[in-house]
Amino acid sequence: MTATTAPYAELKTPTTARRLLTAPTTGPLAALLLACVFFSLSTDQFLTGGNFSLIVQQVMVVGTLAIGQTLIILTAGIDLSCGAVMAFGSIVIAKMAAEGTLPPLLAITLGLVVCGGFGLLNGLLVQKIPLPPFIVTLGMLNVAFALTHIYSEEQTVTSLPGPLTALGETFPLGRTDITYGSLVTIGLFLLLAYALSSTGWGRHVYALGNSQEAARLNGIRTSRLTIGIYTVAGVLYGLAALLLISRTGVGDPQAGQTENLDSITAVVLGGTSLFGGRGSVLGTFIGVLIVGVFRNGLQLMGVASIYQTLITGILVILAVTVDQMSRRKAR
Amino acid sequence: MPRTIRPTPSLIRAAACLGIAALTLTACGSGSGSDSAGDGSGSVKVGLITKTDTNPFFVKMKEGAEKAAKDSGAQLITSAGKFDGDNAGQVTAIENMIAAGVKGILITPSDSKAIVPALEKARAKGILVIALDSPTDPESAVDALFATDNLRAGEMIGAYAKASMKGKTAKIATLDLAPGVAVGVQRHNGFLKGFGIGEKDPAIVCSQDTGGDQAKGQTAMENCLQKAPDINVVYTINEPAALGAYTALKAKGRERDVLIVSVDGGCTGTQAVKDGKIAATSQQYPLKMAAEGVGAVVKYAKDDKQATGYTDTGVSLITDKAQAGVASKDTAYGLDNCWG
Repeated sequence: MTATTAPYAELKTPTTARRLLTAPTTGPLAALLLACVFFSLSTDQFLTGGNFSLIVQQVMVVGTLAIGQTLIILTAGIDLSCGAVMAFGSIVIAKMAAEGTLPPLLAITLGLVVCGGFGLLNGLLVQKIPLPPFIVTLGMLNVAFALTHIYSEEQTVTSLPGPLTALGETFPLGRTDITYGSLVTIGLFLLLAYALSSTGWGRHVYALGNSQEAARLNGIRTSRLTIGIYTVAGVLYGLAALLLISRTGVGDPQAGQTENLDSITAVVLGGTSLFGGRGSVLGTFIGVLIVGVFRNGLQLMGVASIYQTLITGILVILAVTVDQMSRRKAR
Repeated sequence: MPRTIRPTPSLIRAAACLGIAALTLTACGSGSGSDSAGDGSGSVKVGLITKTDTNPFFVKMKEGAEKAAKDSGAQLITSAGKFDGDNAGQVTAIENMIAAGVKGILITPSDSKAIVPALEKARAKGILVIALDSPTDPESAVDALFATDNLRAGEMIGAYAKASMKGKTAKIATLDLAPGVAVGVQRHNGFLKGFGIGEKDPAIVCSQDTGGDQAKGQTAMENCLQKAPDINVVYTINEPAALGAYTALKAKGRERDVLIVSVDGGCTGTQAVKDGKIAATSQQYPLKMAAEGVGAVVKYAKDDKQATGYTDTGVSLITDKAQAGVASKDTAYGLDNCWG
């Protein structure tokens, strides 16, 4: 985890203890633990294995989107289209498979390719023209949203074949049931965390986020790297689409409307800087868990959902404030 | 200078964590105050999941449920989607309520089909599931439905419009909800049935979706008037859409000679009927839906008696310009019984 701190932190050669304290994930992790302690004390149902399994299930879709979002934000970009691209992918998969146009596994593959294609297109527009990521993905949000509704003919797709909902199935672990989808999500987080912290590709991503010009002058093929990142993000949105289908058991054209902002919320809460080059995928995992724990815990306490929105909003502002202040002090 | 208390990044983070913790405590303290009283092991937990938190219709529904829960000593847990159509949000709410140990769930499904698998999971755990306001598809996915008959609500204003237009050639605009949403389709079809015409009747000169939104209703009406300036009957999915249509008509000086009919019976809408902006509206009773729903869950918990089938929570035509042969109530009654 410590290896994912920004290059300038490493220049100061801090001690292990200090590096742990200043790691971008320390604050979010503390917040998560505090929230868990609080909810454990206030409700009987919070501190059970079944409930934790439930929280992971509930955040896996946004979590998977947020991995892609983290990659893009690390390059100082942003992706507003992720929820809409996921929705389109989920309708493609659900409709193709339910109507028997393609066998389920091919339908899933097509969904991943389509979502990856959206990512590729985003990357090309951002890098080749070039256009600001905000604008490109805002446009793509509308394109994907409209295509979802056109292709689905506004109809929810039901009666999905087994392979599409397989990730929503559970297996017992001790006295709780874990969904396969939760494992996939956790696996993706670990995989991308490893790739970012321990591979050359990961170092290049951070370098690109800190300064594209400096990265280019250092011989990093920034253009190819950027397009690659957007494409990988797109494929992740396709996986999120599959997870979404497996969770709800239907293909829903209304899905994905708030997930773009939810994923950005998770990234920010996880301590990744919106200015690029600083943060981690594991932080994002903590970020989605914070949102999930608050939502679940407040619900168990009987607090109305509008308070969940209120608290999430305040947490985001706090998180960005912390990021800004610690940046200033670190200089 | 005491250097030891310089704000390092870790100190800032620690402070932020404390802030978050304090925030949690205060926010929860204010929100859950009412629950702590009924937190004894004996109280029945009832879950209410609405489409959104913000629509006055659901706010009223929640009020009705809260009052009924208080009266019968039950504990109400509420949740909602983030927007109308947020199926995933409702699924999450169902799961959390199962975890919280509710005896029954009352839900206004955002997507009548998509919510079905999640409801089946709840029912498999022995939880009584009652749909409020809108049915599920298939209707057998819930134990019972407490709702307004939306087809009937549409039929009433259709029949009213027909009687009002006696001897005149009707040029109708329909300001609808959104494609494929059951409530909107039922009201629309009911209106046509009450008016005695079919979907393709040439009397319908313009049809537009409004999402039940006032601003979009206004835009839709403006466009309809552009297309067919001689429109003289406007069917609207709800009163916000109707008020939008009224604004568009007024801008053209047509507000007096165009008949607007609507559905819902919210207080703003009913007042608009009294003010003569809307000719008639079909009033429904969300408070009653919720109160009867809570009552059914409490009954289920106490006597193991399950509510079943469809319970019509009633609908009344509200107008001050009654037409012969169409049963109606005046706006005084409407304002006494309105919601929102």
